[in-house]
Amino acid sequence: MTTTTSRVNPNVSDATARAAAKAATENQPVTFGKALNTALADALTAEQSVVIFGEDVGTLGGVFRITDGLTARFGNERCFDTPLAESGIVGMAVGMAMNGMRPVIEMQFDAFAYPAFEQIASHVAKMRNRTQGRLPLPMVIRIPYAGGVGGVEHHCDSSEAYYAHTPGLKVFTPATVADAYLMLREAIDSEDPVVFFEPKKLYWSKEQVNLEELAAQYEAGKAAETEGKARIARAGSDATLITYGPSVSTCMQAAKVAAEEGISLEVIDIRTIVPFDDESVAASVRKTGRAIVVAEAQGFASVASEIVARVQERCFHSLAAPVLRVTGFDIPFPAPTLEKYNLPSVERILDTVDQLQWEA
Amino acid sequence: MSTDAHAGRMTEVSDKFGITPEDYMLPARHMINLLDPDGTLRPQDKQGTEPGHEYPLPSPARLMEAYSALVTGRRVNDQNSALVRQGRMAVYPSSHGQEACQVAAALCLEEGDWLFPTYRDTVAVLTKGVAPMEVMTSFRGEWHCGYDPKAYNCAPMATPLTTQLLHAVGVAHAAKLRGEDTVVVAMCGDGATSEGDFHEALNFAAVFNLPVIFFVQNNKYAISVPFSQQSAAPSLAHKAVGYGMAGERVDGNDLMALMAVMTRAVRLAREGNGPLLVEAHTYRMQAHTNADDDKRYREDAEVAEWKAKDPVIRIQSYLDDAGLLTEQATAEITEKAEAVAKTLRDGMNQDADTDPRELFEHVYSSKTPQMAEQQAMLADELAREEA
Repeated sequence: MTTTTSRVNPNVSDATARAAAKAATENQPVTFGKALNTALADALTAEQSVVIFGEDVGTLGGVFRITDGLTARFGNERCFDTPLAESGIVGMAVGMAMNGMRPVIEMQFDAFAYPAFEQIASHVAKMRNRTQGRLPLPMVIRIPYAGGVGGVEHHCDSSEAYYAHTPGLKVFTPATVADAYLMLREAIDSEDPVVFFEPKKLYWSKEQVNLEELAAQYEAGKAAETEGKARIARAGSDATLITYGPSVSTCMQAAKVAAEEGISLEVIDIRTIVPFDDESVAASVRKTGRAIVVAEAQGFASVASEIVARVQERCFHSLAAPVLRVTGFDIPFPAPTLEKYNLPSVERILDTVDQLQWEA
Repeated sequence: MSTDAHAGRMTEVSDKFGITPEDYMLPARHMINLLDPDGTLRPQDKQGTEPGHEYPLPSPARLMEAYSALVTGRRVNDQNSALVRQGRMAVYPSSHGQEACQVAAALCLEEGDWLFPTYRDTVAVLTKGVAPMEVMTSFRGEWHCGYDPKAYNCAPMATPLTTQLLHAVGVAHAAKLRGEDTVVVAMCGDGATSEGDFHEALNFAAVFNLPVIFFVQNNKYAISVPFSQQSAAPSLAHKAVGYGMAGERVDGNDLMALMAVMTRAVRLAREGNGPLLVEAHTYRMQAHTNADDDKRYREDAEVAEWKAKDPVIRIQSYLDDAGLLTEQATAEITEKAEAVAKTLRDGMNQDADTDPRELFEHVYSSKTPQMAEQQAMLADELAREEA
């Protein structure tokens, strides 16, 4: 795609912009983080009302470098640092969205978003409703989340259930590099507020993706929609693993191992927890007759619980076994050296598959 | 903006007044108070003004406009309290006694400027121009705020405390990024200053140098908790300097002083001098709402003491002595107030006609499949009820 970089910020030359564009076209492995960064840059280019702010997102480019280079390229009015106050960041974004902007804000880590919870639950989620649709809040709250990176306490929470439980919020969580790009673009263009959960452990994962082509498809309206559309990550026939975010890759590994043992597992990546794609999930479970929900978050009163309930309500007569779950334990997220005992593992998933009342 | 830039900005504005940046940011030594409780204009050396904190008297026309809004505000407060007693309104947090603050908060603004009110600021919202029945919609138990915030540049009245101050900061920030000169008045009470968002909002506004007036009505009570248990600070206005902004204290029952202080604050903010914090000393004359019993936590004598400082009588006496309250002017002002009261009586005496199916509208831009199912289920229940 063409870039307007040099027009927006005279400090970046056309040559630099061309070099960046060229690098993006070559079919090299792209990281999940780079896909997010490109989505942000493309959104800033496409729409003047998009503004990005948060803690350390400016000069530093974010602690995970997801906003790397954006301030230099688009200027300090489009991507800027704020004081260290999450409620302030979200509350200010509410006001900016009320007044014509499309804020994309970063909460530095999952558990650091809690100070902003009142703003999110009482205002971000309700402003459209309270004003009979007159004040929609098109804004994105990006939250790096979940474990698997050896993070210390307060840095590894899977907090998606709090937000999914709140009407008025949409909750997205990509699991592939292409989805990282497409889902973030969709979130930014959505007329509804989106809590965008980025699995930390995927930031450095790489796939062969042509981001420029993806951008062109998206901007031409030719990319398939992701909102409310679960993705069949791997087709199978014996049982369905329903999962999202950081657990998708674990389920894919489990399915691969199971296939070697002669069990065909289908993996459904639900992509958007809200809105939830009941249809695709139910279709898969009706086909396979067995299901396991896999998620990192503690299982009690969780998104996984909700999915199990929905599946049994819709698929009861197709089920050959109870719908089971593999989730984090109902404990605070463990210290780095112990997190492996808590996280859903390939082994734990396969053990659970064995419990699906297979006929002898 | 760098620390040097912030300091430079403060020096620039204080230089205009020939005072130090410290004296610009610190409130005047005394509260700004132009009229005595009996309506007498105080001698100039007793008005609390000082170099850099000068407040010329508002024009007679401006005062008459404000007085008219004040009379309407008082009438509305008393009308609504009556409607609550008659069961026609669900709840009403009256600003009886604080109407001068209410009127000044709205009238200091110009077209295009925004107001961020709380649930006790109905009179300010009304003065901003929102239609009376639209202002009171939520208090009759409706599910929405009643008015179009963008049509009036007036945010929905906030129920959670101080969360709206940050929204005010955001509205101002968006306007600034687009090069607009919008000013925003963000209202809260003394109790609200204990909330974390109060701090975050003032800090953000100062760091981004935004044209927001934080207007605190210190009415001495947060439901039952007196100000002494809310804060040990001898003055809330002095908190401004801690954020790098200017503060001022004003007699919140003195309409003339409020108009002077708020008008100057708006002008300073519009000229790019950053946010300001104004603390108005007033008193909540009635209980928190009709559901509250203020006899449990305060003495009648204290209420009586403040009754003698009533904002309506004070300005009325002044205007009368100045010969401005002609028979015709008084009649017009009364007629205007009665017309609003009648609109409210007539409106509230009609039952709200809300379709429960509407509850599913406007949660998202379009209904999720799950919500559509739930709406259909409710519609089916309603159809069977009607059959």
